[in-house]
Amino acid sequence: MSAPRAVIVGGNRVPFVKMGTAYAKASAQDLLTAALDGLVARYGLAGQRLGEVAGGAVLKHTRDFNLTREAVLGSALDPSTPACDLAQACATSLEAVIYLSNKIATGQIQSGIACGVDSTSDAPIVVTEQLRQTLLALNAARTLPAKLAALASIRPAHLAPQAPAVTEPRTGLSMGEHQALTTKAWGITREAQDELTVASHQALARAWSEGFFDELVTPYLGVTIDKILRPDTSMEKLAALKPVFGGPEGTMTAGNSTALTDGAAAVLVVSEEWADIHHLPKLARFVDAEVAAVDYVDGEEGLLMAPAYAVPRLLARNGLTFDDFDFIEIHEAFAATVLSHLAAWESEEFCTTKLGLTHALGAVDRAKLNVNGSSLAAGHPFAATGARMTASLAAMLKAKGPGSKGLISICAAGGQGVAAILEAV
Amino acid sequence: MPRMPMIERLYRTPVVQAVAKKAGLPEPPRLVRGRIYPTLPIALATPGGGRLAADTLTLLGLSPTEALRDVPDARTQGEDGRAKPPAYPTKLGALVLDVTGLRTIDELELVRQVLRPAVRALGNGGRVIVVARTETTLDDLEAISVQHSFDGIMRTIGKELRAGATANLLWTLPETTPADLASTFSFLLQGRSAYVDGQAWTIGHADTPVLSDQPYAGRIVVVTGSARGIGAAISRTFARDGATVVGVDMPASGEGLAAVMNEIKGSALQLDISTPEAGARIAAHVTSRYGDDARVFAIVHCAGILRDKLVANMDEKLWAAVLKVNLASQFAMDDALLDGRPGGIADGGRILTISSTSGWAGSRGQTNYAAAKSALIGRVRALAPRLAPRGITVNAVAPGFIVTDMTASIPFLEREMFSRMNSAQQGGKPVDVAETLAYLADPASQAVTGQVVRVCGQAILGA
Repeated sequence: MSAPRAVIVGGNRVPFVKMGTAYAKASAQDLLTAALDGLVARYGLAGQRLGEVAGGAVLKHTRDFNLTREAVLGSALDPSTPACDLAQACATSLEAVIYLSNKIATGQIQSGIACGVDSTSDAPIVVTEQLRQTLLALNAARTLPAKLAALASIRPAHLAPQAPAVTEPRTGLSMGEHQALTTKAWGITREAQDELTVASHQALARAWSEGFFDELVTPYLGVTIDKILRPDTSMEKLAALKPVFGGPEGTMTAGNSTALTDGAAAVLVVSEEWADIHHLPKLARFVDAEVAAVDYVDGEEGLLMAPAYAVPRLLARNGLTFDDFDFIEIHEAFAATVLSHLAAWESEEFCTTKLGLTHALGAVDRAKLNVNGSSLAAGHPFAATGARMTASLAAMLKAKGPGSKGLISICAAGGQGVAAILEAV
Repeated sequence: MPRMPMIERLYRTPVVQAVAKKAGLPEPPRLVRGRIYPTLPIALATPGGGRLAADTLTLLGLSPTEALRDVPDARTQGEDGRAKPPAYPTKLGALVLDVTGLRTIDELELVRQVLRPAVRALGNGGRVIVVARTETTLDDLEAISVQHSFDGIMRTIGKELRAGATANLLWTLPETTPADLASTFSFLLQGRSAYVDGQAWTIGHADTPVLSDQPYAGRIVVVTGSARGIGAAISRTFARDGATVVGVDMPASGEGLAAVMNEIKGSALQLDISTPEAGARIAAHVTSRYGDDARVFAIVHCAGILRDKLVANMDEKLWAAVLKVNLASQFAMDDALLDGRPGGIADGGRILTISSTSGWAGSRGQTNYAAAKSALIGRVRALAPRLAPRGITVNAVAPGFIVTDMTASIPFLEREMFSRMNSAQQGGKPVDVAETLAYLADPASQAVTGQVVRVCGQAILGA
């Protein structure tokens, strides 16, 4: 008997919105629960016990240590459905898809939901290190004079809250600053970045107008469509924006970089047998995945370049080339990130020296790239992006027909990258 | 809940309520709803000797008492010296009157004899059910006229009854059996019919299965417009009675739809029903969620829109939008679901739609809406005989003033006036519409087809 295979049944997400807007008062748990409930309703799973729900968030309160389990308890699923939190930065929910697919392949579970959420509006506010030390000392002090002494050491500067930062702890640089270095190294032009951005917005707008998201999105708090989407954006409008990363000569703007986003997404992953027993659609099979990491700390490689390594290794293991794929989904952290990956795969030098290949991997056909838009237009609630991309790709593959293949690639903080292959059932 | 306006809060105060009561605006009676039979006795009268009603009550396990008759010998002398009609020892839960055997004008006196004491005795939420013979099955002119008199009698009794009591009339054929009639009797006697008053409809004959409290167990029911209001109530009611509900609503209404479907363990389909492929999408959802062999038992067309304007201001867009969503979409969906495809409507299935009192009686500012809702009545009546060979029944309800989030936006005085313009002296609830649809769709209602039942508390409008 062959090992059970994991299939994607479908997905659900809330419409994504800019931080501090429509979901400003919703917690990460609220958002994740809404994404789960929409999925449960779409597939008629209310009251059912699933094998496991796996998910997480990048920006997380300590009170949310059991975020996914709490969301399950608040959802329409049977409360005896177990859940675990896991984290892989921006690739969190794709890593959750891999985790559940592997459990399904080993027969440990039959069904699960991979999910992720991020609410920049619900980000934990952190106090300064000095204030934290003082408060700990105050807690430990046993006498009144000791308590007063601890309190007296507080200085006004200690009281300023520390805004959540998307910076790399080892370099102190933000993700955008890191990408700016890579962008420059690969000579990615402003025009190319803006073109990719316009294409993303236009593709996402077309997908919405075609009803592509009718079976992938459930409205939340009165929001019925992605709010970061700008269907009318243009090269002219984007050209007017000032660079935000890479100094005055930089090419990266607020337009061709993802916005801070609130949102949540979930994807139903089950064994083929479970899908058949429960009469659920089988959109696409989970085929394989690869995680890569690069040494960005010493500047040897760009922070967001790990997918450039993960994808070739994944293709080699499966004996595939880009031409074998019908759809290629590359997470648009920044337009320049996608373009840097494409440039690397087209570079003979990169592929031979860094990847140990005999020749360049080749070009990605732009007609297959992010055909229904990606993070630049939809937004990027960090941990939710993998589930968004997995569900959308599975739906596209189903429409394309049996045997069609799709690739997902997501860059993540810490110099990591995750890639996966899906194939239509 | 929207904040109550000052005038409404004032109206709810005890002092104003006392004044209102004196002014003839008492607090409306509290209607008893749900799958509950009357606890008080049911009286049965069969002037003319018909057996249909008696046998139907027996089939339902109900034991009626014999109705009293107001004949001179039975009268007593009152303290004021006047003759009083005979009185029942307790309040009555219902009077069931089988007049199928009556043929002459003189025999109508027998009906008066029964009604007088019974109407006096009917308790809160009492029921009068008149079982008559459809005139088209009679030849004799006098007999036809006599049978038709029950329409006027029933409607008048409905208006005279108070305290949430109702009167309804059932037209029957010579072939109609107690099994055919059982689901209707059960519905009318129980709280499920609380807001159905002053109505008449026909019970024919069919190969009717036995009545059950979980008629929809193992059956799939599609409800369009199910995210809120009446559609949500319909979904909940069918689910209560065992159905697996597929809720359909606009993608933009998905949040409410998901909440309702999760509550009743149904499944949600976000779909604009006015798109040409809506029927195919519903069928595909059914097979993909419930298996290739799954079929729809019933579809309830509840989705609808309003685009009100006086006809003097009505442009082609407002006109077309309402006709498309409220009428044409149902043709397209039914055509697809009836073509034998997997996930379509099974033979022996049900098609239900929601007309409106606006369609029945007309409504200022609603020519487009009234056109659609009236057209649906014509469609139901014509479609029923065409689908009869497949055992598919087609029926409609026509709600009157039903209190929903939408009606809450009507100004208080206007709303209070509208809601009282019926024998129940109050607006109905979404569940009243839902219960009527669930009765019409019941497998045991196989003999009920091509009917339009108003759920309006016997509204004055268009009665």
